[in-house]
Amino acid sequence: MTTLQSPAATGARPAGPPVRRTRRSWTGWGFIGPFALVFALVFLAPLAYSIYLSLFRTQLIGGTSFVGLDNYEQALQDGRFWDGVLRVGLFLLVQVPIMLGLALLVALAIDSGRLFGKDFFRISVFLPYAVPAVVATLMWGFMYGPRFGLVGDINDAFGVRLPDPLSSDLILASIGNIVTWEFVGYNMLIFYSALRVVPHSLYEAAEIDGAGQWRVITAIKLPAIRGALVIATIFSIIGSFQLFNEPAILQKLAPNAITTDYTPNYYTYSLSFSGQQHNYSATVAIVMGVVTMIVAYVVQLRGMRKGA
Amino acid sequence: MTMSGTTDAPRPTAAPKPTAAPRLRAPRRPHGPGRPRRSILLTVLTGVMLLYSLVPLLWLVISATKTQQGLARSFGLWFDGDFALWDNITETFTYQDGVFGRWLLNTLLYVVVGAGGATLLAVLGGYALAKFDFPGKRAVFAVVIGAVAVPTTALAVPTFLMFSKLGLTDTPWAIILPSLISPFGLYLMWVFAAEAVPTELMEAARIDGASELRAFFQVALPLLAPGTVTVLLFTTVATWNNYFLPLIMLKDPDWYPLTLGLDAWNKQAATAGGEAVFNLVVTGSLLTIAPLIAAFLLLQKYWQSGLAAGSVKE
Repeated sequence: MTTLQSPAATGARPAGPPVRRTRRSWTGWGFIGPFALVFALVFLAPLAYSIYLSLFRTQLIGGTSFVGLDNYEQALQDGRFWDGVLRVGLFLLVQVPIMLGLALLVALAIDSGRLFGKDFFRISVFLPYAVPAVVATLMWGFMYGPRFGLVGDINDAFGVRLPDPLSSDLILASIGNIVTWEFVGYNMLIFYSALRVVPHSLYEAAEIDGAGQWRVITAIKLPAIRGALVIATIFSIIGSFQLFNEPAILQKLAPNAITTDYTPNYYTYSLSFSGQQHNYSATVAIVMGVVTMIVAYVVQLRGMRKGA
Repeated sequence: MTMSGTTDAPRPTAAPKPTAAPRLRAPRRPHGPGRPRRSILLTVLTGVMLLYSLVPLLWLVISATKTQQGLARSFGLWFDGDFALWDNITETFTYQDGVFGRWLLNTLLYVVVGAGGATLLAVLGGYALAKFDFPGKRAVFAVVIGAVAVPTTALAVPTFLMFSKLGLTDTPWAIILPSLISPFGLYLMWVFAAEAVPTELMEAARIDGASELRAFFQVALPLLAPGTVTVLLFTTVATWNNYFLPLIMLKDPDWYPLTLGLDAWNKQAATAGGEAVFNLVVTGSLLTIAPLIAAFLLLQKYWQSGLAAGSVKE
């Protein structure tokens, strides 16, 4: 997360509070060692292995052979892969702003001190974060469904025909709703925590200047939490690009609307576990990882530069 | 984890040095003289979001009281004639020879060892980053931060292949080992330790002849408690809710966590000759989220202060 430090903060040394250092010694390794060891095993080793895998190809005839960058070439021209990338890209452009916008509005409302029962609001909006994606998706999936869902109930009760949320036209929006429900409270809490530490003198000064609530929000609060906004955006981007759980679980309820290459991540999963194409699957995962990192990096640069 | 450039500006002057530990729940004075007027309009508008957040949970609670026929015939947000909650709970725990209980125990195992271990590693590591200077520190920092940006799913397939070569797939280790690493936890503990543990105090302990380990456990660890609870809660959620990792690592239903088990029960209806058990899926879902929701509600004070402290700095 500290990659996201503004240039001013990064400076010479990895960011972090200025600490009076003890002598440079190996003692610190005694404490960080266990983390580093497990990290190497479950993070660095698979990463290296995945790059290695992406350079080979296994065929029925001829076995495994070194193919250089052929897999990458294939991935770059793979329509199924890019369709998935476009789909999550669209998802990202629509869902992330809605979710973060709602989170910000709730955070500002709670922070304004003008709500009745603000603690109740804060904890309740946050609660869905504690619900596993599996449960959230099953729950919403049932509610969407015609069999015992709320949509079916409403249709029966009012004699209307609402559009089917599980149809292929609406399924992406339905997934977006589930993801929004799960994470709006989490993002709200990030914004709210940032708002709480805005120095009070600023509000008092604004009051003396006769600034209204709206002006306080745009001139003081939003600039003060820009770091939090950028971080939440980047996490949401990474989350969108990794979209898997919700479509994979909804797939059983909407088999016609969700294909096994619906998102890039679903595609790598299908390649690997239905298609046994491990080498190509690793390649697609790496390409997707690179795309994610580039987008996250660009957002970070832009977000931090603007008006800084 | 929030703020950044903006909080850095005033810091060098360090005028009002926060006293004891990070300002955890510093009483927030409302703006201006006196309290701001409460607004009914704003409360109602924000209430819409509240309903959005809570209605699905309400649906789940109500649905858990229904039989399978009741689920189909009654309105989703009101009770059916038969109140079947206790029957559903009993059946959830006895269906398929009580496999749900087994899944619950598996989940607890993954959480205790995985999330507990992740928290321990993060606390130790964060303390090291905050309070020691050691060779390779910058490299450790750079690698860990770089790794955060790598989508975890990019690693899932290679991790699976690697683990299957090592004979670890279909064992609890396949779930526990990857759960042990929480870069976010490490980061939060680092920021928290830098603030909460005074370097002078550690030096005093050393001068008194305490070993590094003793100094850590007896002096630093108690000061780190709020941050530790926060990291523990968030790693617990991550482990409890994990779906993708067990999905690829486990074939044997005996090692499933709750999430994978519920998914399997749900899919069962779609397979040829499979029995539809939607009432059990719904009740099982409720039983799966209840402990986490209870933990979040009961430990509110701790995790909210830990998060707030995390955002104070940076």
